[in-house]
Amino acid sequence: MASQAWQHEGILTTKLSEVVGWARKNSLWPMPFGTACCAIELMATLASRYDLARFGAEVIRFSPRQSDLMIVSGRISLKMMPVLLKIWEQMPEPKWCISQGACASCGGIFDNYAMIQGVDRFIPVQVYVPGCPPRPESIIDALIKIQEIVEREGLKSRTA
Amino acid sequence: MDVATAAVEKITALFTDTVIGTQESCGQKFVEVQRDRIVDLLTFLKNDAELSFECLMDLTAIDGLNQGAPERFCVVYHLYSFRNNGFLRIKAYVPEGDPWIDSVSGVWKSAAWAEREVYDLFGIQFPGHPDLKRLLLPEYLTGHPLRKDYPLRGLGERDNFPRYVGGA
Ligand code: SF4
Repeated sequence: MASQAWQHEGILTTKLSEVVGWARKNSLWPMPFGTACCAIELMATLASRYDLARFGAEVIRFSPRQSDLMIVSGRISLKMMPVLLKIWEQMPEPKWCISQGACASCGGIFDNYAMIQGVDRFIPVQVYVPGCPPRPESIIDALIKIQEIVEREGLKSRTA
Repeated sequence: MDVATAAVEKITALFTDTVIGTQESCGQKFVEVQRDRIVDLLTFLKNDAELSFECLMDLTAIDGLNQGAPERFCVVYHLYSFRNNGFLRIKAYVPEGDPWIDSVSGVWKSAAWAEREVYDLFGIQFPGHPDLKRLLLPEYLTGHPLRKDYPLRGLGERDNFPRYVGGA
C-alpha cells in the first residue's frame, strides 16, 4: 500500500483512501443472519479450529448498527424476508453482504411458495458461497474475497 | 373388546344420522361422519365414562381433490383414551363450496391452535373459534397452500418484496 516509505524516520506516505481501506478490511464486524443449517458451519468457522479471528472478523455483532458485513447463512422464508430487509437497512453504510450456501444464494432445493429464491433479489450481495453447507474453508475464502472488495471501496459516499 | 370397537358400537347406535361408516387402516379404526354434529359427537366421546377419550392428540385436514372422496376436504380428529390405552380417528367431510366445520376448541383447548393451522393451510372455517387467524403463514397471504390446487411455487408472493435501494 505504501507508495513511498522512509522507514528510518518512521514516516509513511500513502493515500487516505488506502489507509481507510486497509483498516476496514482487517476489522470487519460481521452480522450473522443464521436461519438454518448453514449457520452451524458459520459457527464452526468462528470457533477455534478455523478461527475467523485470524482475518480480523471475529467480532460477531448481533446488533446491525454495529456491523458492516452481513453473512446470510440459511434459508430465507416469506416471513423472514421483511426481517432481513429491516436488519439490512439498519446497518450503516458502507456495508457488504456474503450469501452463504445454496439456499441463501438461489433457494437451494426449496423451490416452493414459501422460500425466497436468492437474497440477491432484494439486497445487494457481493460474494456467493456455493455448497450445502459450504465448508469453513469456503467461508474463509469468501471473507478474503470480501476483504479485497472492501479494500477497493475507498472514500466514496454511498448515500449521496 | 378394545375401546375403539366399543366406541364405534356406541356412536353408530347413538349418532345414526351423522355416522357414514367405519373402516380400519393400519390396525386402527376410524369413523367417517358428516360435519353437522361434530361437537356433540366429540363431547360424547370425551365425556363418556367408559370410553373417556380425554386427549385430542391431533387435529388436521386432508385435501382429497380428485381422489374420489365423498367431499373434497376431510377434517381428522385423532383421539386417545388414557384409561383404556386406545386410539380412535374421526374423519368429518367438509364440502369444497362451503368449507366450514364447528370448532371443538370448547371441548379441548388444544384444538384452538390446530384449527388455526388447518384454517391457515386449507382455508376451512371454524365457526365458534375464539380467534381464527393464520397460525404460521404471514397474514398478507391470500391463498391456502396445502390445497392441492395451490401452485407449488406460489402465486408470486416470494418475489413480492421491495428491493433495497441505495448503497453498494
Ligand atoms: S444450503 Fe444446505 S446447509 Fe445451507 S441452509 Fe440450505 S439446506 Fe441448510
